[in-house]
Amino acid sequence: MKNELREFYISRINFGVWNPAQIKQMAAVKVVTPELYDKEGYPVDGGLMDTRMGVVDPGLRCKTCGGRMNECPGHFGYMPLARPVINVLFVNEIYSLLRSTCRNCGRILLDNESLKKYEAELKRVEEEGGIEERLATLSKIISEIKHISKCPHCGTKQDKIKLEKPYTFLINGRRMNSVEIRSWLERIPDSDLKFFGLNPETSRPEWLVLTIFPIPPVTVRPSITLENGEKSEDDLTHKLVDVVRINQRLFENINAGAPEIIVEDLWDLLQYHIATFYNNNLPKLPIARHRSGVPLKTLVDRISSKEGRIRHNLLGKRTNFSARTVISPDPLIEPDEVGVPYEVAMKLTVPQRVTEWNIEYLKEFIKRGPKKYPGANYLIRPDGKKKKITEETKEALLEEIQPGYIVERHLLDGDVVLFNRQPSLHRLSMMAHRVRVLDGLTFRLNPAVCRPYNADFDGDEMNLHVPQTEEARLEAETLMLIPHQMISPRDGLTIIGAIQDAISGCYLLTKRLTKIPKKDAVDLLVNAEVFDIKDVLKKEYVSGKEVFSVLLPKDFDYVGKTKDKDEPELVIKKGKIIKGVMDKANLGQGAGLLLRAFSKKYGAEETLRFMGRVIRLGIAVLMKYGFSIYVSDTDLPEEAKNKIKALLEEAKKDSEELIEKYRKGELEPYPGRTVEETLELLLLNRLNQVRNDAEDVVKETISLEKNNTLLLALSGARGSLLNLIQISSFVGQQALRGKRIDRGYHGRSLSCFEKGDLSPEARGFIKNGFKQGLKPHEFFYAAMTGRDSLMDTALRTPKSGYLYRRLSNALTDLIVRPDGSIRNASGTIVQFSYGGDGIDVAKSFAGSIDVDGIITSVLEGETHD
Amino acid sequence: MTNAQIFEEYSGKLPENLLEEIKLKVPKRISKDKLKKILDLAVEEYEQSLVEPGEAVGLIAAQSIGEPATQMTLNTKHFSGVAEMNVTLGLPRIIEVVDARKTLSTPSMNIYLKPPYDKASKEEVKNFANRIKETHLNEIATQIDVDLADQKVEITLDMDKIKALELKQTVIKKAIKKQIRGLSEKDIVFEKDKIVLKIPESLSKEQEVDPIFKIKEKIKDVVVGGIHNITQVLPVLENGEYVIKTAGSNLKAVLALDFVDPSRTITNNIFEIYDVLGIEAARQAIFNEIYSLIEQQGLNVDGRHIQLISDAMCVSGKISGITRYGIIKSKSSALSRAAFETPIRHLTEAALSGEVDEFKSVNDRVMVNGILPVGTGLVEISMDLTKLNQGGDANEE
Repeated sequence: MKNELREFYISRINFGVWNPAQIKQMAAVKVVTPELYDKEGYPVDGGLMDTRMGVVDPGLRCKTCGGRMNECPGHFGYMPLARPVINVLFVNEIYSLLRSTCRNCGRILLDNESLKKYEAELKRVEEEGGIEERLATLSKIISEIKHISKCPHCGTKQDKIKLEKPYTFLINGRRMNSVEIRSWLERIPDSDLKFFGLNPETSRPEWLVLTIFPIPPVTVRPSITLENGEKSEDDLTHKLVDVVRINQRLFENINAGAPEIIVEDLWDLLQYHIATFYNNNLPKLPIARHRSGVPLKTLVDRISSKEGRIRHNLLGKRTNFSARTVISPDPLIEPDEVGVPYEVAMKLTVPQRVTEWNIEYLKEFIKRGPKKYPGANYLIRPDGKKKKITEETKEALLEEIQPGYIVERHLLDGDVVLFNRQPSLHRLSMMAHRVRVLDGLTFRLNPAVCRPYNADFDGDEMNLHVPQTEEARLEAETLMLIPHQMISPRDGLTIIGAIQDAISGCYLLTKRLTKIPKKDAVDLLVNAEVFDIKDVLKKEYVSGKEVFSVLLPKDFDYVGKTKDKDEPELVIKKGKIIKGVMDKANLGQGAGLLLRAFSKKYGAEETLRFMGRVIRLGIAVLMKYGFSIYVSDTDLPEEAKNKIKALLEEAKKDSEELIEKYRKGELEPYPGRTVEETLELLLLNRLNQVRNDAEDVVKETISLEKNNTLLLALSGARGSLLNLIQISSFVGQQALRGKRIDRGYHGRSLSCFEKGDLSPEARGFIKNGFKQGLKPHEFFYAAMTGRDSLMDTALRTPKSGYLYRRLSNALTDLIVRPDGSIRNASGTIVQFSYGGDGIDVAKSFAGSIDVDGIITSVLEGETHD
Repeated sequence: MTNAQIFEEYSGKLPENLLEEIKLKVPKRISKDKLKKILDLAVEEYEQSLVEPGEAVGLIAAQSIGEPATQMTLNTKHFSGVAEMNVTLGLPRIIEVVDARKTLSTPSMNIYLKPPYDKASKEEVKNFANRIKETHLNEIATQIDVDLADQKVEITLDMDKIKALELKQTVIKKAIKKQIRGLSEKDIVFEKDKIVLKIPESLSKEQEVDPIFKIKEKIKDVVVGGIHNITQVLPVLENGEYVIKTAGSNLKAVLALDFVDPSRTITNNIFEIYDVLGIEAARQAIFNEIYSLIEQQGLNVDGRHIQLISDAMCVSGKISGITRYGIIKSKSSALSRAAFETPIRHLTEAALSGEVDEFKSVNDRVMVNGILPVGTGLVEISMDLTKLNQGGDANEE
């Protein structure tokens, strides 16, 4: 037989039940002995490791196909059973067949008239509702038959059949043996089988009782040779040894005319071994174990569960040409780049085909070899032979190379790779980047793309994959590259935007820095890799806004909002900031409409370049002028302190009043609530309000000019006013499960309070700030809520994970067809046009198109002309 | 040509909701040229943002729900509005909707009143509410006595309450007769403010405990008025009118009430909506539920994703949940079904019915390393090889 590789696609699979003739026909060997190896350690002929069933030893050849290990796919064997045995996987079907057919004539227990009726119904139901409906109707029919006690065809009275799990059938309390069952099943005519959902061509019911046992090929149960030369067999082989051994014993006993009871016992044992060979988790059946007590992993265990064949091997693929390491930030590379260490770049390769035009170029790679970047690791000849490039082979390979060869060269700057961070909940969790080979041992990532990956740099690791074919590279480039992913398919908003330092830097530049010496401005811009800087050269001093404007194209107009309360409007005319500041509302992700407008006018690619410049400029500003937050930022001015103190007192007074009112019984309950619940709701609301009031005080009293912490919060770069208040003045009410803290001891939260104390302090209000330090009981409250939120996260993750798995499994086949409709795998139309209007969210403007933008652009166009 | 005519002209090129939006936002006095320009630009942008064939919109929908789900809270109860009913929210409720569970952890309804009742005062609405609420006999009784000697149960009634609830003697009688077995109409006698139950002898046979005590306990839970299953009612002022919020749900019975506005009243039990109003209403209800749940969490998900999920749950004409008994069971490919849960069962079933797997679904193709029927894999190029071999001129035809 020729060992020639040919490529096939599987176009379909027919499911069915093997019949004895098929088992025999496809088998390469009849297994007759439970022995595995002879004295020399060579597989015994007719044993379970017979080389006609395939080989797992590197030195041997398969006697059936002549293939070596990894060439021979393996061949089945067979073994005739001394007595038939039920296939446990089908007991339920056998049960329903026995109960609904006549024990005498084998016909279904329905008269011809109702059969006709049901036949018509089945046909109709299948046309209308498909297989699912048909199955439902079938089980309805069968459950109706259960109660019929007399065969309408031959008039035989029917006995009561019971199934004693896992595989014993009782007829009128007497045990039926498999021979009986099999002959009963044989009597059922083909024409009646459709009412049980059985297809007689692929699955006759008597085939559910085995007479010939198929032995799986050696290749599916390979043995391992341990270091000491001893062989360790697969669990399946162990089980098969039992089956073959007992079958032989049964044969011998029957032939020797042993008493019925011994035969019965052995028969039962054979049934047990075959049952556990299929499924070792059957209820009411002892689990087959190794001598060490470890349960054997048999067929069902191999297939099912997350670690089983289907989910682990068939749906879970593994890749070569991938790398994984820690990530770290680098705002100086472009957002669509990824910094790759030399170590990685020299291991991962890109196959490049040699042509007469690039042969000299590729020869240089081979000359440098695998150890010198940028070199090459392998050379592939047109016949598929792969040759390793080493110092020794280099010269010979250089001689040999000619067009048609493929060089596996090292990763170069600009190569397209896929970058991924788990959990991959998103299509944005795996995007294409361009390689930038850098020093260091970590992958470098522009912080602007942290958000889609949900990455931070506290030790996160990410994976990198190198596409190996032209098609894959092209798809990655045209579909997965960062510029194509800037709008989230979830809500149609930008998901990639400046964060943290980039925002605070630009905010500082456009807000505080109004007079920058020309020299400094040039420094900043050059640091941001902007070189077209003649605009700032005209004057001695320029404003920050002017510096930022250099980044904007000359024909860019934009009107938008900012987060800043002094300059709530951002106006850009002809590429100049007229008024307004740069903050999260413009540069950040989310609504980031400046970026959207930019992207619409200049394209995604250019937007990304612009963003890269903005980020670098922001960072250059911070580098040049410095930016620190101080502990003293959280020292509130005397005025604010007093105001907040007053707020706290007021809240305390109010809650005391409420409690007093409640004590006196004057509190009016809300409809549908008890007085206690009403009081709790009122108190919680009142105490939560203090924090909001305090935020306003801080906003009013602290000057942004001097307080960098506040600047961070207000520009949207990092932190919030709440953080500032919790540090400087008080932490506030702790809520547990939507209530004030009311658990712990009987009638009190902690033993330092009196029973029934409802005051804020006794119920989770923290009136100290983190800087002053918390009182012991306050600390305890904070710990309570902290732990509760940890628990919540820990419990939620698996739940939402399962939800996601179910959703994706149910919806993967819903795909937009060429006619714009959405259909599933069987072609059923789910939607006629996507979302009713066919708009792709990832190409949309927050789920629609920018009507306002179009109207203003047309109307404004008029005034300009 | 008037502006209306211009809009007419574009009606085939733009979806209706976009046309309406433009109509609304465009200034009233606008020149025809400008209007045309606006519409042309809109068409251009619309056409640019259409989905491409092959887009795996199903998976994107799953991801768009699955990703924010990891950020949702697990806290089941919600107290934010001061006078609200307790309702399951957040992730647990989403799971409930997507599972298409028949029994909810917190069924509830919002009942709106028909004009002129929508202008009713608080007291009047309270009255309506109490008529909706399921009333048990012990709520209208002040005392229940047992007379062992005469084998009688005497129930003293609170006549004011009965009046307020507009309960009639015959209704109460019927309710008792229906809900307590063995009593016939003549055994139930009204005496002024009392109901007297005579226990017929047929009941006292062969029983250890005197049946009279059993009846005394049973009688307390007899539902004499209101609507079955509605255990709590709460009138709440919303947008200037009172809405009755309930715990428990019974859409069919509530819609039948003459003071209820059937066009706005709603329940959170999707199966009831399906039973009463049909599959289209159920589809919309699923959408509304999921959409508002996500919105309440402060998350932002485009409606299209949720629409696709609710459409997928309802294509069969019945509500099927996203579980192994629902949508996944109806998949045409056995391997795909086996890939989800309980693979052995799906494989044995496929074997028995001799199923054929055509490898049309994504999962199947992944299993055999085939080309996925998504995106660029959706198209196939075929070439007539015989013509290629002839080496004819490409421009011949």
